[in-house]
Amino acid sequence: MTDILSILLTAIIAGTPLLYAALGELVTERSGVLNLGVEGLMVMGAITGFAAVFATDNLWLGVLAAGATGGALSLAFGVLAITLRVNHVAAGLALTIFGISLGAYVGKPLVGQSLNLTEAQFSGGLTQLPLLGPLFSDIHPLVWGSWLLFGGLWYFSVRTRAGLILRAVGESPRAADAIGYPVMSIQFLATGFGGVMAGIAGAFISVVYTSIWTEGMVAGRGWIAVALVIFATWRPERCIIGAYLFGGMTIAELLGQAMGLGVPTEFLSATPYLATVIVLVLISRKDSRMRLSVPAALGKSLDIKG
Amino acid sequence: MVNETKSPPHRWRLELIGVSKRYSGVTANENINLRVAPGEIHGLVGENGAGKSTLMKIIYGIVRPDAGQILWNDKETTISSAAVAQKLGIGMVLQHFALFDTLTAAENIALGLSGRPSLDWVVDQVKVVGQRYALPIDPMQHVYTMSVGERQRIEILRALLQSPQLLILDEPTSVLTPKAIERLFDTLRVLASEGCSIIYISHKLGEVQALCDRVTVLRRGRVVHNCKAAEESRESLAVMMIGDDPPVLQEKEPPQSTKKLVEVEGVSIRFDDPFATPLENISFTVREGEILGIAGVAGNGQQELFSVLSGEIEKPDSGTLRMVGRNVAGMNPFKRRRLGVNTLPDDRMGRGAVGMMPLHWNLLLTNNDRSHVRYGFIRFGQVMESTEKCISQFNVIAPGVDAKAENLSGGNLQKFLIGREILQEPKVLVVSQPTWGVDVGAAAAIHQILLDLSSRGCAIILISEELDELFQLSDRMAVMADGNLSAPVVRADFDLDSIGLAMAGKTADIPSQEATYASAI
Amino acid sequence: MLLRFEARSKPSAAVFWLSPIIAVALSGCVAMIIFALSGLPPISSLVTFVSEPISSLYGLGELFIKAAPLILIAVGLAVGFRANVWNIGAEGQIIMGVVCAGGFALSYGGSESAWVLPGMILLGAIGGCLWASIPALLRIHFRANEILTSLMLNYVAGFWLIYLVHGSWRDPAGFNFPQSEPLGQSALFPTLIEGTRANASILFAPLAVVLVWLLMNRSFLGFQLRARGVSQRAALYAGFPANRAILVGLLCGGAAAGISGVAEIAGPLGQIYPTVTPGYGYAAIIVAFLGRLHPVGIFFAGLLMALLYLSGDTAQMSLGLPPSIAGVIQATLLFFLLSAEVLVNYRLRRGDRVAVETEAV
Repeated sequence: MTDILSILLTAIIAGTPLLYAALGELVTERSGVLNLGVEGLMVMGAITGFAAVFATDNLWLGVLAAGATGGALSLAFGVLAITLRVNHVAAGLALTIFGISLGAYVGKPLVGQSLNLTEAQFSGGLTQLPLLGPLFSDIHPLVWGSWLLFGGLWYFSVRTRAGLILRAVGESPRAADAIGYPVMSIQFLATGFGGVMAGIAGAFISVVYTSIWTEGMVAGRGWIAVALVIFATWRPERCIIGAYLFGGMTIAELLGQAMGLGVPTEFLSATPYLATVIVLVLISRKDSRMRLSVPAALGKSLDIKG
Repeated sequence: MVNETKSPPHRWRLELIGVSKRYSGVTANENINLRVAPGEIHGLVGENGAGKSTLMKIIYGIVRPDAGQILWNDKETTISSAAVAQKLGIGMVLQHFALFDTLTAAENIALGLSGRPSLDWVVDQVKVVGQRYALPIDPMQHVYTMSVGERQRIEILRALLQSPQLLILDEPTSVLTPKAIERLFDTLRVLASEGCSIIYISHKLGEVQALCDRVTVLRRGRVVHNCKAAEESRESLAVMMIGDDPPVLQEKEPPQSTKKLVEVEGVSIRFDDPFATPLENISFTVREGEILGIAGVAGNGQQELFSVLSGEIEKPDSGTLRMVGRNVAGMNPFKRRRLGVNTLPDDRMGRGAVGMMPLHWNLLLTNNDRSHVRYGFIRFGQVMESTEKCISQFNVIAPGVDAKAENLSGGNLQKFLIGREILQEPKVLVVSQPTWGVDVGAAAAIHQILLDLSSRGCAIILISEELDELFQLSDRMAVMADGNLSAPVVRADFDLDSIGLAMAGKTADIPSQEATYASAI
Repeated sequence: MLLRFEARSKPSAAVFWLSPIIAVALSGCVAMIIFALSGLPPISSLVTFVSEPISSLYGLGELFIKAAPLILIAVGLAVGFRANVWNIGAEGQIIMGVVCAGGFALSYGGSESAWVLPGMILLGAIGGCLWASIPALLRIHFRANEILTSLMLNYVAGFWLIYLVHGSWRDPAGFNFPQSEPLGQSALFPTLIEGTRANASILFAPLAVVLVWLLMNRSFLGFQLRARGVSQRAALYAGFPANRAILVGLLCGGAAAGISGVAEIAGPLGQIYPTVTPGYGYAAIIVAFLGRLHPVGIFFAGLLMALLYLSGDTAQMSLGLPPSIAGVIQATLLFFLLSAEVLVNYRLRRGDRVAVETEAV
């Protein structure tokens, strides 16, 4: 029983950065902005988070630094994509390469360093609870954070007027503007939010998941997060399922090696990426279902004239 | 819901003095003076491009004027945004609806209201106000399932829920059946009697005459006339609108030939897309030299029918499609043009032509036979020559052969595009809304072009929302309603009332006891 | 927003020609700032950064062999980009070109036949095409977004190559390092410029530039692709098949990537390593945008990017900076260029932000 539980837990932890990044990207895309720079944002979040923790031994300062970096960079991207109406794909790729390169550049002195972070955990009353106690003591606060984020987002999109406005903006910026909503500001907010989440996701990888800095840590997880949003048809509840599924895939290779399967490790490494392709194909087929879920104005820019 | 004498009576509800607005290189409004009294229905007429929409956007706060004053209830005001306009009591029903298809009617209305009304209040009000002004709408229904007439009702309700003192309607009837137009007018008259002023923007002079108390005529951005509606006739208003007598068309001779160039039999299509109108059992024929007019309110399947005929939808689900004696099902537009079947859709920008490409590239878009393309390579000399020919033969005013399509006025671009198709000497031509957004002079030229083409033996299918146009040009006319096509009627039997009834079809925008099913006329 | 955009009635030719220069200048400034922050004298460092790599004939040769694959791939990708087909999978397509050609070379490289090299080139192109056809077919039949599918396949291809090089291709005499046997002499490109590593494969780049220029500007197929890139509905109305654009768009990039993969292993490397493509596939995308998707622009953009890569390497030796600075400058350059391009069609004005429908006045 505890074996299954620990597998589940491992999958959850592996999936947490995906969840943060995907939920952030979900909000961004709901406003009509396609941010393909998530990978770059995660790398930058990873290095700033790592560096901050390395310097201060404080987890939360790391999270703050990572989130701020992600937010700032995504706003720069927003200037390109929203204000200047540059092609979202080009701008996103620029951000990706910028983030990856700058992250590697800034992180060079720290390669190989590891963190001496005491396991951040809750302590005190909550951990004493009978069945639920271990849930609090064994699960990292950032994982809890991701659950809170999910809950908050779900409530936001389904129950609040602001969530409705966000959906409206992503469906028809022109109409939203015609009835008086500040479309560009809303898109900037959504993009910034996505950037902050991506930054935190990156920090999770470098600080909690591995605690050592090497180049190429993020290893395409930013891209999987982008795919996840589509996989989840822009709904938070499907995002969380997908994140843990894919988190599970990433550790499948470790499992495979541990279980001595005859499958080459490279094949196992490739599984999450192949799985994403298959999922993409499956959900893209049903034309009508996609049309109603897709933010209709995704990737297009509002025509601004004087 | 309308403000009933909450404030002391004002002399003028709205007054514009010397309002002007320029865009780069274009003067949209010049020195406009306008006055609307409380409870007055004021018509604003002018052709497309005269400046009506810009003026309304200024009043509604979406656009800021470059010069002039605006007085609201006799007090000078600045209307800096739509929210400010709404607070003042100005409501606007836009020509192009600002609706979100995946949301419900109530959600849409709630989003459009400033202040933060609860959704429950909105649902309630929709029922109450809808009842009061005969605008029935199901608040929980999703917009993408609604007809165009119903969508407009949502827009009107949204404006009414703000208790407006001034309601602006921008070309509201282009999407309504004649019956629905009557109902709208009744609603507006009730509103006016309660003290709400109405500005009614339209280029349909008959309606303006029927509804409005006073009329202001705009031409090329200026006010050219202001009078009581009863003082002028439709003809005199038209003359003021275009500055000229409307041109007279030649009489149309009935086609002689019996050779059928278009044979459509039992064509039906279902779509996955919930936004598309399925076609049901469409049948008609068109002979050599005949013009078949297809009337109908937008959204009843005309787009889909056009796409089936053009080849953008290559195959119907069932039925046969023969043109120029060949079965064309399965052929894309490129192949159909090789047979002599040309088409011109209603959206010239972004479909019929590419705005940012120069005219000669736009010519190549559909005119790419062996004289223009040889061994896969483009013969530029020939393309340029053909473009010049098109420009001169069809009187297109363009800065040059390499002018970008988007730099031409609507009328000139349309003339170019029709010319482009006609230069290919089609045997069949399908056109949709050929004079939409085109000034009266160019429209008349286009009509003559079509008539000449028809007399040379081309079979023309004319899809249009303008009954005037259809009445003038068609040899036979049929009506699209709800994806069904009525049996065509010959010219001698054209009758506005029965066609209006046919346009109402199944999803009547009228109370059910008045609905009559479109029967063979 | 205090600033707003107003459409120009005619695109500004001045900005069109000046914007690359402005972008380069601004990036230069950013570079100088980075140097200054690292405690180096800004101007002389910039000069060293830019000129040292090409100060010798050998250096020029290095420039060419670095620029050639970038130009080749970018030109192929640009065909697709202009048709609104986004091939992000060049990285994987390079690898598959290597896999196909490399397999061939390892089997037949020992023979002295003159057909080995042409065979490798052909197989490389086929390998890249096949790999690119996967996202193409998935897009055509299942409407799957080609950006994501081609991207995921990069990783799959990478793992495949690692598997091969660690396994059946491993060099028996290689001390267990993940590398293949050295390729036989007949599987290598001859040197073009004496005294450098520049080999005959660099000629593919200018050849591709010419071919693609002819395709996009003079051929009807090119017109069909461009029309689709600007307006899918107009292309549909014209009857230009969408599937054709998708296939051609993706396969052009795939073939170009595959060939450049062959050029790598049959050229400077002479062996097959797992890291056969140090990010060329992604860099080529940047080159394509820097060159504004135009073959001639891409030619110059490729040279510039290659220079920056070399500068990154020399920066390590002569300035003590990590080579990843190259990537930073490259992305900055793209950022500035994309921003500057907007000003070609729009002008900045002060005033209230107002959005207006683009319909009739």
